[in-house]
Amino acid sequence: MFQFILKRLGTVIPTFIGITLLTFTLIHMIPGDPIEIMAGERGISPERHAILSAELGLDQPIWKQYFSYVGGILQGDLGNSLVTKKPVVEEFFELFPATVELAFLAALFAICVGLPAGIIAAVKRGSLFDHSVMGVSLTGYSMPIFWWALLLMLVFSVNLGWTPVSGRIDVSLWIEHVTGFMLIDSLLSDEVGAFGSALHHLILPAIVLGTIPLAVIARMTRSSMLEVLGEDYIRTARAKGLAPWRVIVIHALRNALIPVITVIGLQVGILLSGAILTETIFAWPGIGKWLIESIGRRDYPVVQGGILIIATLIILVNLLVDIIYGVVNPRIRHAK
Amino acid sequence: MSEVSNNVPAALELKPLSPLQEFWKYFSSNKGAVVGLVYIVAIIFIAVFADFIAPYSPVEQFRDALLQPPSWTGGYLLGTDAVGRDILSRLIHGARLSLFVGMLVVTLSLGMGILLGLVAGYYRGRVETVIMRLVDIMLAMPSLLLAIAIVAIMGPSIVNASISIAVVSIPHYVRLTRASTMSEMSKDYVVASRIAGAGPIRIMFNAVLPNCLAPLIVQATLGFSNAILDMAALGFLGLGAQAPTPEWGTMLADARQYVQSAWWVVTFPGVTILLTVLAFNLMGDGLRDALDPKLKQ
Repeated sequence: MFQFILKRLGTVIPTFIGITLLTFTLIHMIPGDPIEIMAGERGISPERHAILSAELGLDQPIWKQYFSYVGGILQGDLGNSLVTKKPVVEEFFELFPATVELAFLAALFAICVGLPAGIIAAVKRGSLFDHSVMGVSLTGYSMPIFWWALLLMLVFSVNLGWTPVSGRIDVSLWIEHVTGFMLIDSLLSDEVGAFGSALHHLILPAIVLGTIPLAVIARMTRSSMLEVLGEDYIRTARAKGLAPWRVIVIHALRNALIPVITVIGLQVGILLSGAILTETIFAWPGIGKWLIESIGRRDYPVVQGGILIIATLIILVNLLVDIIYGVVNPRIRHAK
Repeated sequence: MSEVSNNVPAALELKPLSPLQEFWKYFSSNKGAVVGLVYIVAIIFIAVFADFIAPYSPVEQFRDALLQPPSWTGGYLLGTDAVGRDILSRLIHGARLSLFVGMLVVTLSLGMGILLGLVAGYYRGRVETVIMRLVDIMLAMPSLLLAIAIVAIMGPSIVNASISIAVVSIPHYVRLTRASTMSEMSKDYVVASRIAGAGPIRIMFNAVLPNCLAPLIVQATLGFSNAILDMAALGFLGLGAQAPTPEWGTMLADARQYVQSAWWVVTFPGVTILLTVLAFNLMGDGLRDALDPKLKQ
């Protein structure tokens, strides 16, 4: 087991190095001189240019620049935002809880709806329900979520007035920043109705963000269940006279879940990139909106650092999924 | 001999289906796939003849008809947008753009993916490790995020957006090609052609590649729908096509502020994107059923 984890960790390191190379190269592909970009339209004198160049290490050879970049990363230094002058890492972790909260609720929604829908569709194969689940999930899978967001907003916020259009909580409420998770902070505060308001603000963005993962999970659960239901041991279980629900839940589902867990792990990337669109539309103050705004402001250290942190997080989640997978399923642990 | 075969009852005289016939038999048994195919053919037709089909120019602004709701009689079937452009005409011309983007992205990413995948699967060893590690790195990034980063650096335009979408879709093709190449390489016909003196390029492209095509065709179809969806997302974020280009996602971005007052400006471009992407996905499912030997009885 220990060996398996070590082996898996070994593959993470080159991937991480590759990602630092990628973000480093991306930022060096920007046309133009970085100092002139920083100076903006005011222009800069040659002396000042030379001083800044030395200060930022831009007069060093490119490989030295790369090593000092990686050295910075290892010390948790991803540079400062050109606009706010605050460290990128600090800004990221300030906004990250908002995105995690949204992504977590979206994933919860996707799993709670997708899993049962997929199971029932597989059990009632060929029924109207099965066809509807497949149709709806293929549509969800093809959905341009930014449009889906606008549509839901039009119906539920504008026409019906059920949910707020944007933001994380009602502007009249003052919630102290404790954990950064609005649902928790609102419970901790003395404001009446704060939790309800926070939840209300979360519903539409979470549904929008959860739509594609929902479709993927439902499809995967269905096909995985169908495969397992055709196995001999299921027939044996049925022949023994076990109750149908027992066969499905205890015998089939446990085995069908293995590929579904992988798929759920893979949704982290989809959730994070979907968050860029969802947060932009719902004015949700998370990292997606922050990145897009930084691109608009040409705040390159933020773009570079943000991408690096997100990619690292995704690698770590994939690693975690793999390890859990190895724990659950010995066949993978011992595979060459 | 001929007398004997004449005595066989007609029902037993089964001719084997030609590969194309066999493909069509499996493909057409999936009704969704046929619907998708019909829709795609229609969209291609519309895109090619956009100049003749569209009632107006996509950029012409009718200043006396701003935000006209859709109507049969008003002259604007799907209404007009905030500067008085006919939405139907813009959608029709947008089809041309979306298909062009899809084609460009699929050609670029498929070409690169096949090349890298063949090389990795043929040579193995260190070359393979390097290529596959690169693929892993790219797969660790959310594709939209990476595309956004590339566009942010190269500057927003439809060509840059297409290139960035193509780059982020390469890994899937590499993985598929490598996997099929590896399984084909051990087969007798490859060994035979090697003994016959075929060089690496000939083996890769003439012998191995044609036998790896089935999964690649399916993936390319899905790549089309991904490209259209990602391009619309980039357009929506202001990183794809720039105004006044009639790109579907860009149209939605412009329409955002009219969500409350003019539903048609928001609804129609979205429905068009959804249906087009859905059609490609349906067709991809059908192709998978028809081409994947594991699913054939």
